Amino acid sequence: MFRWLIGTIALSMVATGALAADPVEIHIGYLGNTGIKSTLSLVEQPADNDGIAGARLAIEDNNTTGKFLNQRFVLDEVKVKDSDDVAKVATDLAGRSDYIITDLPADALLKVADTLRDRGTVLLNAGAIDDRLREQDCRGNVIHVAPTRSMLADALGQYLVWKQWKRWLLVTGSHDQDKLYADALRRAATRFGAKIVQERTFEDTGGARRTDSGVTLIQRQMPVFTQQAPAYDVLVAADESEVFANYLPYRTWDPRPVAGSAGLVPTSWDAAHDQWGAVQIQNRFVKLNMRRMTALDMQAWTAARMIGEATSRTNSGDPKKVIAFLKGKDFSIAAFKGTRLTLRDWNLQLRQPILLADGRMVVSVSPQEGFLHQVSELDTLGVDRPETKCKLQ
Amino acid sequence: MWRRCLLTGMLIWLAATPASAFVAYVSNEKGNTVTVIDTDSWTVTKTIKVGQRPRGIEFSRDGKFVMVAVGDDDTIQVIDTKTQEIVDTLPSGPDPELFTQDAAGKTMYVANENDNTVTVIDLKKRARLGDIQVGVEPEGMTVSPDGKILINTSETTNMAHFIDTTTRQIVANVLVDSRPRFAQFKHDGSELWVSSEIGGTVSIIDPVKHVVTGKVTFEIPGLRSEAIQPVGIGMTKDDKTAFVALGPANRVAVVDAATHKVLKYLLVGQRVWHMDFTPDEKYLMVTNGVSNDVSVIDVAAQKVIKTIQVGELPWGITIAQP
Repeated sequence: MFRWLIGTIALSMVATGALAADPVEIHIGYLGNTGIKSTLSLVEQPADNDGIAGARLAIEDNNTTGKFLNQRFVLDEVKVKDSDDVAKVATDLAGRSDYIITDLPADALLKVADTLRDRGTVLLNAGAIDDRLREQDCRGNVIHVAPTRSMLADALGQYLVWKQWKRWLLVTGSHDQDKLYADALRRAATRFGAKIVQERTFEDTGGARRTDSGVTLIQRQMPVFTQQAPAYDVLVAADESEVFANYLPYRTWDPRPVAGSAGLVPTSWDAAHDQWGAVQIQNRFVKLNMRRMTALDMQAWTAARMIGEATSRTNSGDPKKVIAFLKGKDFSIAAFKGTRLTLRDWNLQLRQPILLADGRMVVSVSPQEGFLHQVSELDTLGVDRPETKCKLQ
Repeated sequence: MWRRCLLTGMLIWLAATPASAFVAYVSNEKGNTVTVIDTDSWTVTKTIKVGQRPRGIEFSRDGKFVMVAVGDDDTIQVIDTKTQEIVDTLPSGPDPELFTQDAAGKTMYVANENDNTVTVIDLKKRARLGDIQVGVEPEGMTVSPDGKILINTSETTNMAHFIDTTTRQIVANVLVDSRPRFAQFKHDGSELWVSSEIGGTVSIIDPVKHVVTGKVTFEIPGLRSEAIQPVGIGMTKDDKTAFVALGPANRVAVVDAATHKVLKYLLVGQRVWHMDFTPDEKYLMVTNGVSNDVSVIDVAAQKVIKTIQVGELPWGITIAQP
């Protein structure tokens, strides 16, 4: 006990000696949902701290840099239930933090954005992939770190076309977000020259994700569901609701690969990604959180790092300067994807390569070779400037 | 006819033989090997099996040993240049990547990517002397020509840290562009060059005032700017010309070290990483990570004259007297 006390005194002396002035404190808010979705695969079940864990690591990274600049970062974590008044919670949080990382559904995000509009708070959307948030419903105070559905679909589409798997059997779930993903996949097929040979809908009839006698039935259902399809190269599944897609691999009537919501999945991050120095952040993440890093963790890490990057470049905690830098021409961020990530100035969407992973390995990274663009090859993914419906205000 | 052939062959052989031959050691990141190249015949003379993920590689100052950082084994292996076999290991911290030595060859400084530290090693005793806390993902390492300052670059913090070699305290931090990977002093100590892989630039730093005074920028027609990712830097002894490896741009830039302007781009293999000069500075050898080869550049002519196949994913290179 006594020894411990001396240690603490010594430590605090060192700390005081090193820092003459009090550090500038930069508060970053994290506004997430309490609801955790149920997944078909037990290994894909998100942890309670999914997303927040990534932001926590970024705060550590920012603080390591911050100690050289006399800046200190603090994460204010808030979780909301569906029954909570999200606008009120966000207003409270905005009283403490000028920057808020959000993991909210599209409608809740829009509500928060409009509530905080006049305060100058910047929201960093780490969770919602809806294209409409970057198009007709775009907001000047929301920066989008999460990729869009269309970016994910295009990343997959480019690879399938490169692989010469151009005939797709599209199977869509019966929920709204499944249909939105199917729309994005249809758009990708048209853009890159693939053909959807047939579409099928998998109706969600309810029921538990896990049952004691489940596998036998699934093994009979899936071949039947996929039989008598016209000749196709790959089954593309749109099932964000986690109802059926992960049941398809190895069970299709014809021996064909599965992609989309199962099999080969487009994603902003994967626990198996180890290129471009990524193994370093994977190791840091596991050390801090005792689990592997998910796409949402990475999106939240990137969001918090973007703030850290802007505060170090401007050497300032002044939110006006920081936000101007984020939205300005000189901003870019390194995020272990082999290239710098920048913001699309017309809708504040972060440009980023998309990984294609099968749950064990990263199979490829899009944009694929040969998909060219006059500004940035990253703009071959998603809705480009000439097609945008966004008018930022 | 046959005799003439023989004669011509001999003449070519005579002409091709330089006054002195050197030996190059190349670390192959994926192959877990080190390739030994004879710079007289430009042929591979030996492939040495080493630990996992060899990257940073350097001759000891006395030329007796080659040290190679094997990151995934958390150590630095020592190769005897006589027997070309591993004879010892050094106690680096976790995941060593690049390292540097003082002029006397007594002290070694190692960047440990995994725990934000630089490890100091006594080379004679082969013992760890201590650690220095730096920024996130330390990488580039070099010592100033007067030996007083150690430079470390940290890839996610985006800084060049100036460390006093006597007190082992950080005395200054200079912010540079994204993902700084390599640091190189001019031999007269007047400038420090730091390459930023993701930022796509080389920052020129005044080592006394600790400020960025200029930047080398690169532009290659027909190539998107994101593909230009500066990594390794080589500076001629007269401080007149610098060579910068541009990663996936598959080119080495030749830079006028006085004006900081690019003079020309030399096409090399795919994903060029690091480089070293032959001691007579006639040749510069660069490692091409994706095409699994090494390009040889004639320094005076500023031309690529040869490509040598090495092991899988070559990364670092060091050249000295055999």
